[in-house]
Amino acid sequence: MRYLPLTPDDRTAMLAAIGAKSIDDLFVDVPEAARLDGPVDLPRVAGELEVERALSAMAAKNATAGATPFFCGAGAYKHHVPATVDHIIQRSEFLTSYTPYQPEIAQGTLQYLYEFQTQVANLTGMPVANASLYDGSTAMAEGVLMATRVTRRNKAVISGGVHPHYVKATETVVHAVGVETQVLAAAIDAEAAVIDQIGPDTACVVVQTPNVFGTATDVTKIAEAAHAAGALLIVVVTEAVSMGLLKSPGEMGADIVAAEGQSIGNALNFGGPYVGLFATREKLIRQMPGRLTGETVDADGERGFVLTLSTREQHIRRDKATSNICTNSGLCTLAFTIHMSLLGETGLRKLALLNHEKAVATRDALAAIPGVEILTDRFFNEFAVRLPKNAAEVVDTLAGHHLLAGVPYSRLAPAAGMDDVLLVAATETTLDADIRILAKALTQVLGA
Amino acid sequence: MSTMNTVGRPTAPNQVQSKPATLTGGRGLLQNEALIFEGDGWGKTGVDLPEPKTDGSDLGDLVRKDPIGLPGLSEPEAMRHYVRLSQKNHAIDLAIYPLGSCTMKHNPRLNEKMARLAGFSDIHPLQPISTVQGALELMDTLSHWLKTLTGMPAVALSPKAGAHGELCGLMAIRAAHEASGQHEKRRKVLVPTSAHGTNPATAAFVGYTVVEVAQTEDGRVEVADLASKLGDDVAAIMVTNPNTCGLFERDILEISRLTHEAGAYFYCDGANFNAIVGRVRPGDLGVDAMHINLHKTFSTPHGGGGPGAGPVVLSEALAPFAPAPWVVHDADGYRLIEREEDEAVQAFGRLCAFQGQMGMYVRALSYMMSHGADGLRQVAEDAVLNANYIKARLSDLMSAAFPDGPCMHEALFDDEWLKGTDITTLDFAKAMIDEGFHPMTMYFPLVVHGAMLIEPTETESKAELDRFIHAMRLLAEAAKAGDVDRFKGAPFHAPLKRLDETRAARSPVLRWTAPEGSNQAA
Amino acid sequence: MKFTKDHEWVSLDGDIATVGISKHAADALGDVVFVEVPEVGKTVAKGASFAVVESVKAASDVYAPVSGEVVEANDALSTAPETVNSAPQADGWFAKIKVSDASELDALMDQAAYDAFLATL
Repeated sequence: MRYLPLTPDDRTAMLAAIGAKSIDDLFVDVPEAARLDGPVDLPRVAGELEVERALSAMAAKNATAGATPFFCGAGAYKHHVPATVDHIIQRSEFLTSYTPYQPEIAQGTLQYLYEFQTQVANLTGMPVANASLYDGSTAMAEGVLMATRVTRRNKAVISGGVHPHYVKATETVVHAVGVETQVLAAAIDAEAAVIDQIGPDTACVVVQTPNVFGTATDVTKIAEAAHAAGALLIVVVTEAVSMGLLKSPGEMGADIVAAEGQSIGNALNFGGPYVGLFATREKLIRQMPGRLTGETVDADGERGFVLTLSTREQHIRRDKATSNICTNSGLCTLAFTIHMSLLGETGLRKLALLNHEKAVATRDALAAIPGVEILTDRFFNEFAVRLPKNAAEVVDTLAGHHLLAGVPYSRLAPAAGMDDVLLVAATETTLDADIRILAKALTQVLGA
Repeated sequence: MSTMNTVGRPTAPNQVQSKPATLTGGRGLLQNEALIFEGDGWGKTGVDLPEPKTDGSDLGDLVRKDPIGLPGLSEPEAMRHYVRLSQKNHAIDLAIYPLGSCTMKHNPRLNEKMARLAGFSDIHPLQPISTVQGALELMDTLSHWLKTLTGMPAVALSPKAGAHGELCGLMAIRAAHEASGQHEKRRKVLVPTSAHGTNPATAAFVGYTVVEVAQTEDGRVEVADLASKLGDDVAAIMVTNPNTCGLFERDILEISRLTHEAGAYFYCDGANFNAIVGRVRPGDLGVDAMHINLHKTFSTPHGGGGPGAGPVVLSEALAPFAPAPWVVHDADGYRLIEREEDEAVQAFGRLCAFQGQMGMYVRALSYMMSHGADGLRQVAEDAVLNANYIKARLSDLMSAAFPDGPCMHEALFDDEWLKGTDITTLDFAKAMIDEGFHPMTMYFPLVVHGAMLIEPTETESKAELDRFIHAMRLLAEAAKAGDVDRFKGAPFHAPLKRLDETRAARSPVLRWTAPEGSNQAA
Repeated sequence: MKFTKDHEWVSLDGDIATVGISKHAADALGDVVFVEVPEVGKTVAKGASFAVVESVKAASDVYAPVSGEVVEANDALSTAPETVNSAPQADGWFAKIKVSDASELDALMDQAAYDAFLATL
């Protein structure tokens, strides 16, 4: 077997050195009743060619974003990633290293994490960021838990514009610890509705901008209302590129930012792995979940970096840890920071404008179709439309014509009574021809 | 003579007395590398994009006006920056990486190639189901392999790491107790003292009181202590098997019998499944839930700390409570059930926005299919053989924490043998760095003083093991011979000397900021 | 000065008790990097956690050796946590508590008893 270096002679010699007669001697602690005599009922060893054939056959059954006009968003976005990114993240020293527990021989990882933390802090407009969490949705859950620790209050008020899967993932976890949630009804443009729900028991309000319907909101007033009541404002961002064009959450008064970083450096990957961005204010860092890299010096006074404030974490605090998280999103973090370094501020702003431009063009094309109503006024690269038909059925029909037209809102929230709402996203990868194909196909399907 | 060395180029090394430090701080192939924020990248970009036709003014006051503070690098500069950084990292591709309980094994590049097939990497999590049949087939196939290898009837794929898997398992257990009306009285989770820190952290997170279970002299769960603590107020036990001392829990069948008798569930931390895969099925041990770290047993890359993936296999009793989403295969093909209300089940909710770590599913399945059922059994055997070989070859110089009987996939030593040398486990570990080896896991598990936990994995050759053992023996002999400075000051030959963690924690500096008086952004 | 088995010390002046952690505890923790002292005005119960002390590798709860109300906290520790190492039983104090029941101190160990207790560890 190509991944196993030991030869039968090696094994014999090693057993002799150990003083064991056979490999079974080393498994004597396993109760006899639980020992398997031979291999389980699965296929046997396979060469690269066979594995590649089998997996390629599965891959070939999927319609890929790059091969079709593509308008899906709702928390995962198709962007172009420079070739350099994927090359670098496959370098042995990054791909096959572990968590940097021995900083003297892990400065490569620690330095890029420090750079990543700075990039994320600046992008979100916040003073500090951690070394990433699993994804945007788990970052939101961690944000709510952190807010309850900081305020010693027990309730989260969540806007109706927050991605329904983010809400569900958050509720699943925070309800287990007894935190209450109040989720407002889904609405295209009503983030400010959370203000009336803030009470003395509110730990945090959670708003998303751009929200799941694409609406971008200035949340400054919401921040003021939250702070006046002693609550924190958590801003969720599912499209990180938007922060290259829109006011940053920090600028608008956020206390915690929980964002999905997939858009920068990372592929769609059918939903994962992604990278959760998490940023906050300086005075709250000891309540922040996840790994942190900090600057220090070595014995000679040379600058270096280490994992720090680890007493917050599970391996020291055990049952008193701020969170049970024990990992970050390593390689996805690296992909993010490389792509961001290549873009720089100039590139990011341009990229963001291109996204907005394509979305506006798509909106204009769809607005001209009889029966289609544009629901979102102010958007970045995604907007909602109301169709005269069931949106899921329309999307399925168009998929049959090799067109991925967007995400029906009912896919995320079947009980919201918005079966006719379609979420449409465009990015810098969207071609003018794609927009024409979408408009034409939609016109036909709706007219039929 | 027709050829003469007329330019005077010396061809043999000179002999000199001193070894001066370099003037720049660079050392041969090892480059100094500043932060990207300290260069001249403000205003630069390494990505060529068309000129946008909009300035975003339609968004009015929503537009970001102030500088963001993001320097850019051209492509050659980016390559250099990250290549220079990479050369300051140890890696499994460079040498043995014997971190106990972390399982640093070879990462096959076929896995990487397969995960990058556009049919897996370039598909959206919310595409119509008809357009992702192959992706769902892959998830279903992976599930089949995981269920067959563990002897368990169900699996929840979506947890994004081992600790996330623990959360998943305990929440399923809690949901099951809620469904049977027993949650109010069952508020304790029993955890052995040797457990990985995530176990008590997770149990506390889900609202349980953690009760520690004592360990026997030979490194196993003390069954009598466990039995005395089990009762109708216990929701579950969390036992790692093989445990963090690298030992198989001999009384595991008795442990699961007692647990079930008390009406509690058996959560098994599957971090060390790589030691028994193909030889033992956790389902045969009475396990109710177990997470599998795909990076440990099934070779997905550690990537400097992630991304992980922690699918959880579940018993018949817990299967109905698995979180959404999951894959169903019927006459119409594959379906993805995204909401529990779709089916007559009692799912406890959802753990993340989408389907979990698809990229890791592909890698893990690529690895499993490569090995096959027979190869995976050999994986466990070679992992255990390698660990026992190291234990046997070092036990005369170092003190094995549990000398009697075989270990499983990792060999545990304590610091008894360093007594009187003034050298600590940490010093010893740092001296290993100078010899070109990544240190073993140290000071874990907590039940052993000055613990040194060595896990070679099955992908080390005998030659590499012998090279490692040779270095360990030389170091151990040096320690015993009183060569103290070699250890106290180590590492001397790494990119940096020992780092000041106290300083980092007392006044945290967690980001770059522009020096005072500079006009750089942010 | 009296001591608890959890290595807190308490020194009574009138009805004001100054509390901190013992030299033994500070040494065992290693370099202290962070101290969370209680808020003034908070009521603490004997034996309950009222402060947190962290080194690089360990975090410990500090238990109130007496019951009462916190009347002063040593805020200087937030910027100079190393004081806990350099002067654990003097400038490294954590808080001053107005004791509600001075007899609670009777059960605590004096220096000699504490030294004897340490010898058994």
